[in-house]
Amino acid sequence: MKHDAFDVVVIGGGHAGAEAAHAAARAGAITALVTMRKDTIGVMSCNPAIGGLGKGHLVREIDAMGGIMGLAADMSGIQFRLLNRRKGPAVRGPRTQSDRALYKAAIQFFLAAQEGLTVIEGEVADLVLADGRIAGVELSDGAIIPAGSVVLTTGTFLNGVIHIGDQKTAGGRMGDRPSVRLADRLRALDLPLGRLKTGTPPRLRASSIAWEKLEMQQADDEPALFSFLSDRPHVRQIACGITYTNQQTHDIINDNLSRSAMYGGHIEGIGPRYCPSIEDKVVRFADKASHQIFLEPEGLDCDTVYPNGISTSLPEDVQRSYVHSIVGLEKAEILQPGYAIEYDFVDPQNLDPSLQLRAIPGLFLAGQINGTTGYEEAAAQGLMAGLNAALRARNSRSVILSRAQAYIGVMIDDLVTRGVAEPYRMFTSRAEYRLSLRADNADQRLTEMAGALGLITQERQQRFAVKMDDLALGRGFLEASLFTPREAAEAGIAISQDGQRRSGMDLLAFPDVDLAHMDVLIPAFSQCTPATREQLATEALYKTYVARQQRDVSAMLRDEAQQIPSHIDYSDIGGLSNELKGKLQRVRPVTVAQAARIDGMTPAALALILSRIRQDERRSA
Amino acid sequence: MHTIFALATARGKSGVAVIRISGPAAHEIGSGLAGSLPQAGQAGLRVLRNATGAVLDQALVLRFDEPRSFTGEDVVELQLHGSIAVIRAIEAAISGTGLARMAEAGEFTRRALLNGNLDLAQVEGLSDLIAAETEAQRRQAQELFSGAMRGFADMCRHDLVRATALIEATIDFADEDVPVDVSPEVGALIDKVISRIAEQLGGYQAAERIRSGFEVAIIGPPNAGKSTLINKIAGRDIAITSEFAGTTRDVLEVRIDLNGLPVTFLDTAGLRESDDVIERIGVARARSRASGADLRILLIDGLQAQGDFDPGIAVDLRYMTKSDVTGSGISAVNGDGIDQLLADVSRILMDRVSGATLASHERHRQALERAHALMMVGRSCFIEGSVGAEILALHLRDAVGALDSLIGRVDVEAVLGEIFAQFCIGK
Repeated sequence: MKHDAFDVVVIGGGHAGAEAAHAAARAGAITALVTMRKDTIGVMSCNPAIGGLGKGHLVREIDAMGGIMGLAADMSGIQFRLLNRRKGPAVRGPRTQSDRALYKAAIQFFLAAQEGLTVIEGEVADLVLADGRIAGVELSDGAIIPAGSVVLTTGTFLNGVIHIGDQKTAGGRMGDRPSVRLADRLRALDLPLGRLKTGTPPRLRASSIAWEKLEMQQADDEPALFSFLSDRPHVRQIACGITYTNQQTHDIINDNLSRSAMYGGHIEGIGPRYCPSIEDKVVRFADKASHQIFLEPEGLDCDTVYPNGISTSLPEDVQRSYVHSIVGLEKAEILQPGYAIEYDFVDPQNLDPSLQLRAIPGLFLAGQINGTTGYEEAAAQGLMAGLNAALRARNSRSVILSRAQAYIGVMIDDLVTRGVAEPYRMFTSRAEYRLSLRADNADQRLTEMAGALGLITQERQQRFAVKMDDLALGRGFLEASLFTPREAAEAGIAISQDGQRRSGMDLLAFPDVDLAHMDVLIPAFSQCTPATREQLATEALYKTYVARQQRDVSAMLRDEAQQIPSHIDYSDIGGLSNELKGKLQRVRPVTVAQAARIDGMTPAALALILSRIRQDERRSA
Repeated sequence: MHTIFALATARGKSGVAVIRISGPAAHEIGSGLAGSLPQAGQAGLRVLRNATGAVLDQALVLRFDEPRSFTGEDVVELQLHGSIAVIRAIEAAISGTGLARMAEAGEFTRRALLNGNLDLAQVEGLSDLIAAETEAQRRQAQELFSGAMRGFADMCRHDLVRATALIEATIDFADEDVPVDVSPEVGALIDKVISRIAEQLGGYQAAERIRSGFEVAIIGPPNAGKSTLINKIAGRDIAITSEFAGTTRDVLEVRIDLNGLPVTFLDTAGLRESDDVIERIGVARARSRASGADLRILLIDGLQAQGDFDPGIAVDLRYMTKSDVTGSGISAVNGDGIDQLLADVSRILMDRVSGATLASHERHRQALERAHALMMVGRSCFIEGSVGAEILALHLRDAVGALDSLIGRVDVEAVLGEIFAQFCIGK
């Protein structure tokens, strides 16, 4: 059987695949999403939550570019909480618990509604290449789908192996087959594959938990949503329970350590340091008497609870006994045991910054296959891979977000430049310009660009225009007039009488000055919407620091503009250490700025590379 | 990258002369001249011949393989007989291969820097070492060359990374089992780094003086014996002396090694009111040089009643001269008390350099000042609690950036690594 030709074929229907397919279709590409099972598209395989610190920023950015994750999270959100609410606005991260069923339904709804997007059920068994470039995919039934570009999002399915104690089964997720043939094919292509590991906790029956004994965590009274299009949650909000491990729990785990897949030596993949299994926590932090567990309901009408904090690869009977040692879980029924899963990933240093595999033009990779962890990281890569696959299919220039522009840019640059040593997760501390990369201004950073690429709807365009107008109006009020210290003092602002005249914006930058002061000083300012006022206060707070960082940003962008020709031969640049030569050959940085971020790079080595570029330019001139 | 070569010893007649060849063709050139090269890191006696087979010299040949050489490249060193003609002949033979060119000044060191064999502070230390004239200078340069500056910067960086990690942990892992209040440790770390940097800056002036030398001005009324004293210190007649007051008009300098310290003594015009335009200029110069000097010695003519002479500027040491006539004080004529005078100067200067630190170059001072200023801003923000953790983290990162000009660069992986080693992250 032969299918119609597509501009873009996306393999996989997880968070990366769904976002990739939707983005490619939005960008105007005739797109197919191929998945083993249609009904698992948009499944949350791990914890039932979206967002968090750094991750919430990613979701806002995906949304600002017209993506679907933020909207799906808002439609399914059952416990919205803004993390770091008491810290600076730049490091606040929206998060929600999601109803699994509602989330999946929302994603499937958006994919079905997207013009130019077809979902095909089938297992991709092979990639079709022509002249070393991607030409399509072959399904396990032998059918060929011709494609201009292909986005591969295999998640944990590539050679997936599930471990429970010493039991080992091949699988991409509990209950699903792994992609073995595709993994063999990728091995045959001589791609540098590595092995990573992640894990999940046992799932508990909600009605078997003694909730009355537990401390409960409520949703925020004023929920912070993800999408710039959303105004309020769609469904009822619920609370999560909190409990703790204790000495008895730790004793049970310690006594059975050798029976864990991890400590029994069955696992070779590297797990994330920031998401350790309960056995890891007990061993590595032996002096801690207890660890916190969040009991997260998986949905509004669902009897399953996700106990966040006790992922494990211990055998089932041990899982049962340590769960029962925990307050509130004495009689908890395990619906599905926890497990560790190992899977293949491709060293992302083999990708160019558009997420295209350098060795096979037209083949884009996104999500866990690139060594990341997390739904949000996967979706953000999916968005960029899908977009760039579509752009390539129509011979347009790829879109690369810089580190000064978006968390997405930070993440992709980290991946392709530095590679990964453990599953990569977004943190705000990875973003050196985080004071300007805020969740509240993701649209200001990205929506206009997304609009020019045709990625966003008219509704979003309009909403964005209204927000920008309101911001401009408010900024105008705050900057229009200058106030003497005396005038400020009359408005209740304690300030040194230094004779310096200051604008509303300048005054708002002082720690003790708030919006109420502005209303006294500039009555017209109260016309602006609460969101606008809040955002202008944030702008004022960071103004001086953002200006200070602007010099670094300009320097970086200058280096970013200095391209390194792809044919440069590092082996023949004298004065470069062999170690650096090896790294440069592997990463093949596209710009001088990217080269500068390679681990161990020195200014002197950069100078050598620059002088080689100049030499080559002179020679060819 | 070209292969370079140069004479590493001073040009001229000498016992041994060393020619160094560095670069990808160094071994090829070396074996061409010597027939064969010894093992890497070893020396061997070889007969050197030119392309036509003519014997040029018998030499000790050393071979180094990259990266274990001074430059980090392949290196061959030829220890020749120190004859001008031999050196010329070998240089001609090397040039004749067409494989190497003469090195530019400092090029071997520059390559060592490029290849990461030396850091920037070590290069400065090496250049100080080569220029060192006195024992104190040698010790100072040796320390810098040994990589002590990197050690200092690494120590500060370690504490700053730790402080940043503590702050970042409260930001990025707010939902996890991390301590909520990290301020006592962060405060202690900030103070520790500030005091280390302040200590470096406090000793900078003394260190810089060891490197560039001290100035000791000899001042006093006319005819007090200043020029006689400077001639005595120099051990030769550099200043004209006469019985006429106002003989010295300009400032004369004598540089000596005083117990290991480089010290320049200044002979100045006698301080008095004068109608003579030239002498007036000389007196003004004397005052200005003396006030800029590290130490001022006031000489009083023991034959005149000048006990209450006021030079107009503060002085550190005071002596009555002409003891050969008066019987008390010092005399540059018979040498009375001169050793004591030099010992007094030496004692004061030694006392001053005892606080000398590693930072001895203007570049070091600037980087340290910048880091210090940023740390102080960060510290006051921290104490007042006026800014959020994300802004405090920015100040600390910038401070590390300032220290970066002494060493490498801070890296978010280092911060995260510290967090993960310390706290149990992960629900």
